[in-house]
This record gives sequence, structure tokens and C-alpha cells, in this order.
Amino acid sequence: MNLQSEMTQAFIVCISAVFTNNILLSYFLGLCPFIGSSREVNTSAGLGAAVIFVMPFTCILTWVVYHFVLVPLGLEFFRFIMFIIVIAAFVQFVEMAIERLSPYLYQRLGVFLPLITVNCAILGVSLFMVIRDYSLIVTVGYGLGSGIGWFLAIIAMAGIRQKLANDLIPKGLQGPGITLIITGIMALAFIGFTGVLGT
Amino acid sequence: MMILVLLKAVLIISIIAAFLAAVLSVSEYFLRNYGPCKITINKDKDFTVDGGASLLSVLTDKKIFIPSACGGKGTCGLCKVKALSGAGTLLPTEEPYLDEKEKAGNVRLSCQIRVRNDIEIEIPEELFNIREYTGKCTEIIDLTAEIKLFRFELIEPKEISFTPGQYVQLMAPVYEKSSEEVYRAYSISSDPAQKDTIDLIIKFVPGGICTTYCFKYLKVGDEVKFNGPYGEFCLTQNDSDMIFVAGGSGMAPFVSILHEMRNKKIKRKTAYYFGANNVDELFLLDEMKQFEKQLDDFKFVPVISRPKQNQNWKGQTGLVTEAVERNAKNASEAEGYLCGSPGLIDASVKILKKLGMPSNKIYYDKFA
Repeated sequence: MNLQSEMTQAFIVCISAVFTNNILLSYFLGLCPFIGSSREVNTSAGLGAAVIFVMPFTCILTWVVYHFVLVPLGLEFFRFIMFIIVIAAFVQFVEMAIERLSPYLYQRLGVFLPLITVNCAILGVSLFMVIRDYSLIVTVGYGLGSGIGWFLAIIAMAGIRQKLANDLIPKGLQGPGITLIITGIMALAFIGFTGVLGT
Repeated sequence: MMILVLLKAVLIISIIAAFLAAVLSVSEYFLRNYGPCKITINKDKDFTVDGGASLLSVLTDKKIFIPSACGGKGTCGLCKVKALSGAGTLLPTEEPYLDEKEKAGNVRLSCQIRVRNDIEIEIPEELFNIREYTGKCTEIIDLTAEIKLFRFELIEPKEISFTPGQYVQLMAPVYEKSSEEVYRAYSISSDPAQKDTIDLIIKFVPGGICTTYCFKYLKVGDEVKFNGPYGEFCLTQNDSDMIFVAGGSGMAPFVSILHEMRNKKIKRKTAYYFGANNVDELFLLDEMKQFEKQLDDFKFVPVISRPKQNQNWKGQTGLVTEAVERNAKNASEAEGYLCGSPGLIDASVKILKKLGMPSNKIYYDKFA
């Protein structure tokens, strides 16, 4: 496959990861911070931005580790543990670096990084890229797209919840209850994108 | 063959994990190294620490205990301090726990602030006094069948300063009946002028982890840990009359308060109503007589609800609240201080309000 066709594929994978194969709304990964931190648009935007930032990099890292360490050694089955360790270490490192280098960026993005360490969407993306046998370039596209997709989903949810904050919601549905129902409806809406790309 | 693969896998994973850990440690050493930072508290105390840790952990290291329930994860919102300078801008992780007034007043969550430069903070003065103490039990005195007085000599730190009425949290260590350390609050009953020992008056609670420990396991000579002092159940600074109402181990804070009144020659007119079921449940009567002699205008009124025939009780009878209602003619101008079971407190509040005492003049610590 030449570079150009790979770039095209990466682009398509990226777009489909944002809309049709949204990591959150079609695979329901990264749901914990999605429900926990979607009360305010500002907070969600910060968290979402941090995910966009981290996902492509962890994808590259785990891709390299998988193809250059685990595959040659025949340890593919260890990828779960390996990826978790690599992601956790990377996120820790990034947090420290950002805090040191740019207080502004740390304020905006860095404080959310510890929350991301355990975000299963990040691990999910790395695992999917292995299952689907993406090349490095496509993987970057996939990571970026998934990050943007997660960002979109949480921003939308935060917007809806801010609106809901003043509404009368039955007691049993308040908080996570209504959030999960809305997530389901959003997921249905995102299915509508499937026709656009035909994947 | 299988074992070999497994061994290899474990080895590789360990190597990679060790490598990553090393990278993190090295980068932490270089990136988190902010040099010495000076922390100034309430403008008069300061100390220098190595930067990089959270403000909460730095303060805890220095034995300044900021209340915190989650251990610095930013989920309880209790560890608030006022940051005058050097704390940076408000972080989004703090926002949900602060109201508009606090945000305007530079209140921050100390667990979320990282010490990167000199920081100036303001905390309530009482928090300085809160320490962890070790003490040695020097005396256990039976006051009634169910209530004992425990005297502890302080070992480290050697002295405690407290305002009469405050309580400490005594730790019951891991023992036969309990698999974890638990803390329970008990009011200090000793003279505040005597700083090297504290007395606690404890009533036995059947099945209670800490009281069972104190009554059945703790012996003279044993070491205990407690922290404190806490609480705002203290005398106000004015001259109005006072009505004390207590029952059982609720006696404790008043003993300390009476010592203070004697030491400082406080002349406020005071009536102390103490409720008990029968004469056997009264205690510290001699001490109360002493206080009646030493204080200008103090009266101790024991009230017995079920006097036995043979005990020949000549004092007040009935419920303690009934005695208050009969005798406290000055209630509408006085202040009420209550200590005892939640039932006693609720009933007393009701009666005092009925007698015309405004509810903001009724003070109590409700122990469950």
C-alpha cells in the first residue's frame, strides 16, 4: 500500500471513529468519566481535550510496543497488561512534563490526566487497533478520531445536562439514571451517521 | 514448554515495567524538583519544604491536620484553606466544591494545590492545636457502675492546650473485638490549666468498640493514641446567666468548664442540672460541692427520676427537664449549655425554648 492510499484510509478511519464508530456511543467505552464529569461544559471540554491529546500518542506507543516487542517475542497475549502499563506510565510522564513546562496548559488539561489513566476508552482504542490490524499511520488517524469522538460525546452530554439541571426529573432517574438514558438516545442518533460513510 | 513461555513472558514484562518505572522516577526527580519553597501560615508561622508535593500532604507532614476524608483525591471537598498567594489559579477539579463566596475569598482545596513556589495560606487558628498525641493511662477511677474516669499522662507531645468543652478522638487499636483502628470522640473533663494530663469520662456502651476496649482491655500503664482538641462547645464571652444540663458522661465538659471558671474567676450565675435515674448514678458530688464553695454563684442540682425508697433522697425528683422547667426562672435571659444523649438534648432544647430562651443561645455537641 502506498503512502497516499494509506493516508486516505487513515482519514476515513478517523472520520468514522468520530461519527459512525464512536468509541463511546457505539462501544460504550470510557463511560465512567463520561458520566462522572459531564455536569459542566467547561470541565467536560477540558477532559475531552485531554483525551484527544493523549489518545494518538498512546496509540503510537502501544503500536510500537506491540509490533516491535510483543510480536517478535511471541507475547501478543500479554497485550492487555502491557498496554495498561505503557498507558499509565505515559500519562504520568505527560502530566509531570506539562506541569513543569506550561502551567497554563496544566490548568486547562493537565489536571485531568490522572483521570484518564484509567479511562478504558484509551485502552480500548489500543486493543481495537491490534484486532483490526491497522498500520501505524491508520492507527494515528484512528486514535485521533476516537479522541475527537469522545470529546464530542461528552460535550454534547454536558450541554444537555446543564440544560437538565433546572428541569424536574423524577427522583429515581436523577444523576446517572437520566444520563444513561440520554446516552442511549444519543447513541441511536449517531447510528444515523452510518449511512454517510457506508462502513 | 508452557512454563518456559510463561517465564519468558514474566521476565519481559518485568523488564519493561522496571524500565518504565525507572524512566518515571528519573523524570520525577528532574521535573518535580521545584527546589525549597516557603510556606507561610497566618502570616506568623513559616517553614521551608521541598516543592513538588501537594499542599495537604506537606501540611500533614508538618503535623498540621487539615480535615480530609478522601485522603487527597479531591472528592470530599473538606480540606479547604484560604490561599493568599502562590497557589496559582483555581483548578477545574476544585470548582465543584466551592461556592461563589469561597471562590471570591481565595478558598482552595489544599489537596489539589501543588507546592511549586512560596505559598501563603490562612487556616483557622484551632487547626494548629490539633495534633496527634500519645499518652499513658495512669489511673482508672470507677465513678458509677457504668461510668469510669480515665486519666492519661501525655508522652508526645508533652502538653495539650484546649478550650474547656472541647473533645478529643481516642483511638481504639486493633484488638480481639475489632479488626481495625477506630476513633471515638470524648470530651475532656480535666482542668485546662493542667496541661500534661487529660481526663476522659466514658460511659460503657454494650458492644461499643471503643468503650469495650477502654473498659475491658485498657489497663493502667498502657499507651493510647488520640488526636484533637476539636469542637466549638465552649463558654461565650459575656456576663449572662448560664444553665447547664447534662446526664451520664455528659458531665465531662462541664467539669472542665467549671475548672476554667474557677481559674479565671468568672462570676456568671450558673445552675447545673444533672439528671440520673437513681442515686447510684450520681458521681463527682464532692467536686461539685467544692465548686459551689469556690465559685461565686454556682449551684449544682442533681435530679433523680426514680429514687429508691431506702436511699432517702431529699433533692429534686423527676426528669431533669422537669426540674429545669420548675427552677430556671431566668431562662429567657440566660444561655443554655447541654451535653448528653441526643434524647436529653432534644428534650432540653424544647423546654428551654418554651421558657423563652432564644435558640441561638443554646449550645451543645450532639454525640450519637
